[in-house]
Amino acid sequence: MKVLVPVKRVIDYNVKVRVKADGSGVDLANVKMSMNPFDEIAVEQAIRLKEAGQADEVIAVSVGVKQNQETLRTALAMGADRAILVIATEDVHTDIEPLAVAKILKAVIDEEKPGIVLAGKQAIDNDMNATGQMLAALTGWSQATFVSELTIEGDNAVVTREVDGGLQTIKVTMPTIVTVDLRLNEPRYASLPNIMKAKKKPLDEKSAAELGVDVTPRLKIASTSEPEARLAGIKVGSVEELVEKLKEVGAV
Amino acid sequence: MGVLLIAEVNSGTLSVDATAKALTAAKQIGDVTVLCVGSGCSDAAQAAAKLDGVSKVLCAQDDAYGHDLAEPVADLIISLSSDYTHIVAPSTSASKNILPRVAALLDVMIISEVTAVVDADTFERPIYAGNAIQTVKSSDLIKVATIRTSTFEAANEGGMANVESIDACANPGLSEWIEDKVAASDRPELTSAGIVVSGGRGVGSEDDFKIIEGLADKLGAAVGASRAAVDSGYAPNDWQVGQTGKVVAPDLYVAVGISGAIQHLAGMKDSKIIVAINKDEEAPIFQVADFGLVADLFDAVPKLTEQIA
Repeated sequence: MKVLVPVKRVIDYNVKVRVKADGSGVDLANVKMSMNPFDEIAVEQAIRLKEAGQADEVIAVSVGVKQNQETLRTALAMGADRAILVIATEDVHTDIEPLAVAKILKAVIDEEKPGIVLAGKQAIDNDMNATGQMLAALTGWSQATFVSELTIEGDNAVVTREVDGGLQTIKVTMPTIVTVDLRLNEPRYASLPNIMKAKKKPLDEKSAAELGVDVTPRLKIASTSEPEARLAGIKVGSVEELVEKLKEVGAV
Repeated sequence: MGVLLIAEVNSGTLSVDATAKALTAAKQIGDVTVLCVGSGCSDAAQAAAKLDGVSKVLCAQDDAYGHDLAEPVADLIISLSSDYTHIVAPSTSASKNILPRVAALLDVMIISEVTAVVDADTFERPIYAGNAIQTVKSSDLIKVATIRTSTFEAANEGGMANVESIDACANPGLSEWIEDKVAASDRPELTSAGIVVSGGRGVGSEDDFKIIEGLADKLGAAVGASRAAVDSGYAPNDWQVGQTGKVVAPDLYVAVGISGAIQHLAGMKDSKIIVAINKDEEAPIFQVADFGLVADLFDAVPKLTEQIA
């Protein structure tokens, strides 16, 4: 069985985001970029499936700009076998919408025929939380979102999902689209020898147009602004003072 | 213009707070029909019919709909979609699972976590963990959106809409529910509580989280946690507040032993009053706190619990 893992290149989660003064978006020029943290968890899980003998090949795929090569090399260094880059824009500031990404991934699935797709549940840049679900819709496959435990049993996958009230366990038919949550695993670091080896692993490049997908956005970004900042508060010296202040403002 | 609002129904009961808040957003767009889906949801439908501003309630009851499985519920919504210009739902784990699937089946983009309705095509939503607000205008014929409930006031009761039962669709049979692990609690629900007390990594253990719970119970509050506390096993996943957990905006938010990573702030910075208790005076949580107390939480929290009348 092949495992397909979509990975996104996003602003590093430690970087303080700056909105551009003209309101056109967030400044991504000369900013540290990394693999979306949820996607690292997906890559890790794919590699574990291979190590457990449940998968034969792990294919990482990324949609976006040429620079996504770096993100794919990270996935390869972690242990993915090969990578596919689908170039959908030349502008690092253009975010390809989940619907277009899902269509591109559908085209990749038609060629590669994986048994499972492991994706991050959400990208930490646009916070859409949508690509996996949309891909499941387009393929007509089952979907298992926000997954913190995954077991493959023959033609089914049994998953535990993190939901509002706690945990839900469901069984889904394979092939399936799984979106992973934080507690599924702790991703490994790539070792230096593996980083060197990753440079020789195959990385194919295609374009969205070659796959026949129109990536024109459906949502036009009218403006991007900073949220209102909270006014600075005060430090209190003791629990007594805190209680007094809370009573003053009627909070307790 | 017609809006189809998917109600939040849990075990046959309407989640009134979440649904009524999303209703406020839906009413700004047009005439609202509420859809209740569940294995038994007639009580939920009756409750939804009482919300002010609801024109009609549709009630789809079937065993296949009992556990918010995405595939059958998405197919049901699709079967109704041609009558509406908008399909919206409160942003919950159920709708975040189902609505992007609906959107893709309709070949439209999902608009996630809407925090303001500008007009019928234009919406505000946070990106980058709330560090930027994007205004987006949709060119799709049907708009599919999830509504971030913490930014809308709940609609009142006072309506008396008709309830209409509708047939279930065929179940594609791609998934099957096995079990739920839901901790029963007498505490208020996290996303609708007036007061939230949250603990972070600083609490140090699952046992020590009891002092957070003690303060919460004294205040009649819900209990929250930072990602670090959940990852460390001190608190269950459904307590997580933040970018990828729950977003809350209570009247009072008490952050205990939480450093205040932007991912956590994303889930609570719209709270009316924020209190931070942390022994590290450099902790970023103090930058958003109205009242900050630099203290050892094991000393301060029991004292605070005792002193609150």
